[in-house]
Amino acid sequence: MTFEQGVFYSLAGVTVFSAVMMLLQRNPVNSALFLILNFFCLGGLYLTLNAQFIALVHILVYAGAIMVLFLFVIMLLNLGDDKRLTEHLGMRMYLGIAFSVGLLVELLYMFGFNTPSSYTQLSPASAEMGTVEFIGKVLFTKFLFPFEITSFLLLVAIIGAVLLAKKKIVQ
Amino acid sequence: MRARRECLACREKKVMIPLNHYLLLSAFLFSCGVLGVVVRRNAIIVFMSIELMLNAVNLSLVAFGQFLGDATGQMLVFFVMVVAAAEAAVGLAIIISLFRNKQTVNIDELNILKW
Amino acid sequence: MEFFSPTDLLGSSPILALGLFSLIALLVNAFLKNSAGMVFYVSAVGIFVAIGCSIYTFPMNATAFSDMLLVGGYASFFSVLFLVIALFSMFIAKPYLEREQYHYGEYYVLILLATIGMVMLASSADLITAFLGIEMMSVSFYVLAGYFRGKLSSNESALKYFLLGAFATGFLLYGIALIYGTTGTTNLLRIVTMYPQPFNDPLHIIGWGLILIGFGFKVAAVPFHMWVPDVYEGAPTPVTAFMSTGGKAAAFSVFLMTFSVPMSMRDERLMTVLAVLAAASMLLGNWFGLSQTNLKRMLAYSSIAHAGYMIIGIASATPMGQQGIAFYLVSYALTNLGAFGIIAMMEKENGGNLNYEDYAGLGKRKPALAALLAMFMFSLTGIPPFAGFIGKYYLFASAVQSHMTWLAIFGVITSLFSTYYYLRIIVYMYFKEATNHEEIKLPGLTFATVILCGAGIVLFGIVPSLIFDLMKSIF
Repeated sequence: MTFEQGVFYSLAGVTVFSAVMMLLQRNPVNSALFLILNFFCLGGLYLTLNAQFIALVHILVYAGAIMVLFLFVIMLLNLGDDKRLTEHLGMRMYLGIAFSVGLLVELLYMFGFNTPSSYTQLSPASAEMGTVEFIGKVLFTKFLFPFEITSFLLLVAIIGAVLLAKKKIVQ
Repeated sequence: MRARRECLACREKKVMIPLNHYLLLSAFLFSCGVLGVVVRRNAIIVFMSIELMLNAVNLSLVAFGQFLGDATGQMLVFFVMVVAAAEAAVGLAIIISLFRNKQTVNIDELNILKW
Repeated sequence: MEFFSPTDLLGSSPILALGLFSLIALLVNAFLKNSAGMVFYVSAVGIFVAIGCSIYTFPMNATAFSDMLLVGGYASFFSVLFLVIALFSMFIAKPYLEREQYHYGEYYVLILLATIGMVMLASSADLITAFLGIEMMSVSFYVLAGYFRGKLSSNESALKYFLLGAFATGFLLYGIALIYGTTGTTNLLRIVTMYPQPFNDPLHIIGWGLILIGFGFKVAAVPFHMWVPDVYEGAPTPVTAFMSTGGKAAAFSVFLMTFSVPMSMRDERLMTVLAVLAAASMLLGNWFGLSQTNLKRMLAYSSIAHAGYMIIGIASATPMGQQGIAFYLVSYALTNLGAFGIIAMMEKENGGNLNYEDYAGLGKRKPALAALLAMFMFSLTGIPPFAGFIGKYYLFASAVQSHMTWLAIFGVITSLFSTYYYLRIIVYMYFKEATNHEEIKLPGLTFATVILCGAGIVLFGIVPSLIFDLMKSIF
């Protein structure tokens, strides 16, 4: 096993482990911490794909901002030791497991056997494509319009968060 | 710096972790997310499972983009990140406003409306 | 290096106008005290400007921003529809929110921002813009559904909508990723030129399947409809009016546009899947509609059934079906806006006065209101001469044209079911004695909007060529 393979498989292993652990934890704080571990490993996987900038932004946005927000809310609502958050194993749970396993098997089957064999190696252009320079160029030319629109999306989120979570609106 | 980057790329040509492996991993993570949404009853954990689903998709997108040599995949990942951030802000605000009125985040206890 | 051209700016002018006015409205709201009324006027002006831009770009037939946006024709037609819906829903909202003492400027800003998402959906020529449009619209809707922060029903409605909506987004996005992976592009115009080769790839087909789940959720088709009754019932009535008309129309505009790509193959399997989806929605929507006692909830189930009727048009994959959907959306939007406008006027604090019994004797107490509501119910049932009839006729005819006669017959039978619960409200209004003698106030703005909606369905029902002539240049 070469160095790259070793890196990939160990990262993949930790990713799978942390995803499963996130599902199994009863305490939301532990779940959130496992999810953060998962996101760090995904960042590592982006590096193996030569997507350096994405990897960095991914860590910054997900682990640094979104998950911190989650943890903050969990702490704010003091959910850590809430007895009422009992899970219950009903019909719905088994249906859910059956549905997810079915989906998984189907997806694995499709991916495992039907990807064109030409995709066994990264495109030669990929090293260039992960750089800030390249991404900046594309973002401000071809993808200018969606990029600008995302600013409105964030505006919606700001207004929404303030409107919903503020204690009292002073008329 | 640039020389090292190219070297990494050329070495990977030799070892070849195929696209399939990334996609299989992504499919597994996606299914974990779906399972979490369907099975867990804590709204915050359900929401975290949704984040996991989105990240699984991101992994597929980056892998597809880098194997195809096309920028769209990476761009879409950026937009997904923005969407995830916006959803996180709004979703957590909704959870807080619900918690203020009901002191619970368990979706099974949401029963004012017939679910 | 050139970032964009004047055509790009002109092509996206409705979106730019909405964005500009939403920012102005936000600033007015931030810097003036008690400015909700002012924000209302600014937003209304913004919508009128955007309507002007859309009409101006109608004759153009181009794409903007390196094939991200469609300009003119299809995009303009639907943009005008969404903008009118947004305007009418604001007219319904203003008196309602003032009465409930929740009248804040942010409401109108969010309506404008949601409308940006809708306009993007109708103009998307790329799956990326479609995705962002859906998110703009949905995130605004999540907030609007939870707008009554102090009310538990509103909170619950928002949380359910949010969790299921974000879940559906995951599927939609995975579908987009697979289609991108198998074709190397997200541009609808370029994907279609690659056919039939990718369509033999199972991965590609799964991609479309996952996208179908995402869209099925947004248009509220069975089996992705679980959220609809709860969300529609719990959200503030003007928000429900906006979601059930604008949200549905926008989702259908992008559904139709996106699925015209795989449907260009006229693949039997895909047509069958869509037909089954349509049949299930018509059956279950109307079936559960029968047993409802709450009008908002009844209209929610009716909206599921109507999604079924419109999916017939996509399943048939003929120009007649597409025109049928567009016409149906216009008539459905006007009808539902009118019906929700009446419900908003009748509603009392804390969700009172929403049941069938509360409408007993309305024919004597408020004859004009009762007559209008009866008209809307006739139009939803599909009784001539109202617009709903023409729309249904076109959709069923398109199914027959595509050799799916069973679907048309099924549609007619389920429509007969629905007669029961639509006409029941009329029975209550005209043939039962009033139990409730509280005075009903009719705010002028809402009442005028309802009258406009009523006039619209009569006009388009009698002279449908007004819309069909326009559509000849689109499809």
